[in-house]
Amino acid sequence: MTTAQAHRTTNVLTVGVGGQGIITLTNVLAEAAFRASHDTKQSEIHGLSQRGGSVSGQVRWGRHVYSPIIMEGEADFLVAMEELEALRQAHRLRVDGLILVNDFRILPATVVTGQAAYPDDIDAQLGEYGRVVRVPAAAVATELGTMRMANIVMLGALAKHLDFPEDVWPAVVREMVPPKYADTNLQAFARGREF
Amino acid sequence: MAERRLMTGDQAVARGAWEAGAAVATSYPGTPATEINEALAGYPEVNTEWSVNEKVALEVAVGASFAGVRAIVSMKQVGVNVAADPLFSLVYAGVNGGLVIITADEPGLHSSQNEQDNRFYAKFAEVPMLEPSDAQEAKDMTALAFDISEQYDTPVFVRLTTRICHTKTVVHLGPRREVPPRPYVRNMAKYTLVPSHAYKRHFEMEKRQILLEALANTFDGNLVERRSMEYGVVTSGISYQNVREALPDFSVLKISMTYPVPHQLIRNFASRVKYLYVVEENRPFLEEEIRALGIAVEGKEQLLRVGELLPDMLRRRILHVDSGQKPPAEGLPGRPPQFCPGCGHRAVFHLLKKHRLIVNGDIGCYGLAALPPYDAMDTLVCMGASVGMDHGFSKVPGMAGKSVAVIGDSTFLHSGMTNLANLVYNRGCSTVLILDNRVTAMTGHQPNPASGRDMAGRPVPALDLAGVCRALGVANVRQVDATDLDALEEALVEEVQRPEPSVLVVRERCIMVDKGRKGPVYVVGENCKFCKQCLNLGCPAITVEDGRVKILDFFCDGCGLCAKVCGLNAITAREETA
Repeated sequence: MTTAQAHRTTNVLTVGVGGQGIITLTNVLAEAAFRASHDTKQSEIHGLSQRGGSVSGQVRWGRHVYSPIIMEGEADFLVAMEELEALRQAHRLRVDGLILVNDFRILPATVVTGQAAYPDDIDAQLGEYGRVVRVPAAAVATELGTMRMANIVMLGALAKHLDFPEDVWPAVVREMVPPKYADTNLQAFARGREF
Repeated sequence: MAERRLMTGDQAVARGAWEAGAAVATSYPGTPATEINEALAGYPEVNTEWSVNEKVALEVAVGASFAGVRAIVSMKQVGVNVAADPLFSLVYAGVNGGLVIITADEPGLHSSQNEQDNRFYAKFAEVPMLEPSDAQEAKDMTALAFDISEQYDTPVFVRLTTRICHTKTVVHLGPRREVPPRPYVRNMAKYTLVPSHAYKRHFEMEKRQILLEALANTFDGNLVERRSMEYGVVTSGISYQNVREALPDFSVLKISMTYPVPHQLIRNFASRVKYLYVVEENRPFLEEEIRALGIAVEGKEQLLRVGELLPDMLRRRILHVDSGQKPPAEGLPGRPPQFCPGCGHRAVFHLLKKHRLIVNGDIGCYGLAALPPYDAMDTLVCMGASVGMDHGFSKVPGMAGKSVAVIGDSTFLHSGMTNLANLVYNRGCSTVLILDNRVTAMTGHQPNPASGRDMAGRPVPALDLAGVCRALGVANVRQVDATDLDALEEALVEEVQRPEPSVLVVRERCIMVDKGRKGPVYVVGENCKFCKQCLNLGCPAITVEDGRVKILDFFCDGCGLCAKVCGLNAITAREETA
């Protein structure tokens, strides 16, 4: 790794729908970056985040991070728990960035009532912003016991592309999920790394 | 080496107060400040409470300060409006133990009804104000604010914004410094603000102001960073971080003490660059001060007063560089937040819409009723306003009986009770629905006087909402369960028609507190004619798949409201298999 690369800030944008575990996903990622000895900033907007609304988080790490906000066109990774939410934020991705998207749709209330339509060409549109990897995180998590762990499957899929020391991940995942589900979450994380 | 931790700005403020020996903390929940008091409650040395509103919270903190200990009070930006009455007089009295007031402002109004800029409160009330730009500074400046408070005999503001409150950055922890209580000495000339005392105190206050102006010009946190000889930026708070990100080559004057504004420092900085910018969110607070010094500066001509000032905008508007990425996808359906699945209080809005009533709303979860697909709220202004506004509606000829007030239990206790007394006293005829879920739900289910427990979880007498309404003089007070749709509708229709004040206390515990599914999940049967009655309930569990209504097991809470509103009996509880 060149010095320039080592000093570069890495930017991850996480998006999804309230109730899908975006905040946990973002918390675990930021803590892992911090334990991997990086200056780290994590920003999220919550408060009016009742189940069903758009939620997003941002994690930035490097030698020294200033703004907690990822500028448009500068996210290295977009980790999306839901397809429409991926498209909504895709313009924040770097032109050669990577989109990891959960194979999962949740219809907004306005679509359910027929006031609006869910886009039918999300794959094609996403492809115009960056490289897309589909992750069947909802299916994998359901297979492991509960869809609630889809966020950790997505985290595993992201971790494959990061160079944190290997011992950081299991320690942080174990600490930051409910103790009862720690082992299954570690399985979910491992499965995510297969994609 | 000191322990390092990733902390939010809110957590860091709490840590800073604890390290500085704070003994009392008060607050009323409000995004983005709520987590400060929640974090303070985790420190056993700090006596922490949820007060019933921000005015009370400040008054409790003032009492603790006068009596000799360090006290911190935290609130969201609009909370300072509620606390403004004690604030403007308190500054005449000064303090005994250090007193720090946290205002958490919301440029971008993620969870607020306005974007007011509380730097103007600092200038208006002549209270010094510190503004951190990350969590480490939030911790350090909170601790420092206590020292300034005691040294200059004044309350001190620390102003945060949402991006400081809810952003985690690396923080170095320190030990707690025990600060012995200062003795309380009776001093009527200082603490009793009758006109003759207050007049004399005003002189003291203006002497203090001169000392604080001198402090601002030598304050360590006001930093000059020299880079470009051409371009310089004056900035503060989160905007400092955004400037460093987007305009890395510019010289910077970072102002950490925003009030009093350090005039001499600004003059010196301005004289060393060719072009001077001010980067600040919301109002041109610093810009006006700089212009008043006769210094040419660019600011709000290029940068918006509305919303957050994100680094993208600085790059675009000052450097004229864009991102290189495609613009955002257009025409995407929005995704408004919804009532939680299983929340029985959505039944109220189903009925209000059905009976075409004008709904004067209030601040809380039920504000979601103003969004699609509910569309069941006509007005929403501020905490407690629903009852007064509804009384006002009824004074207009032809409007009586056409509207209702809807207010939550916590908001009613915050500032709705006085409105109800006014309604009775002035011969009003409003119907007030108190949605009683027994917590302050929207901000994260904090307990309130109707909850039966305090902040530490200790049992306390639960305030009787119906009893309070009767005591205020309302003759027609009924309690109805939110889940009893027929009883609720009958009561609503009767009380709206009644030409005198009435209150419906609509009861159901917040499902986020009373966890666990209410019953078996529901399923849609063959009778469904896709009439969309159930879809308009705005339940996240009810969706459409291949042109048919479908209930998602994962989200269904088993409340059964969808079955009750279905005119075709097409929705039924799934039989549980043993």
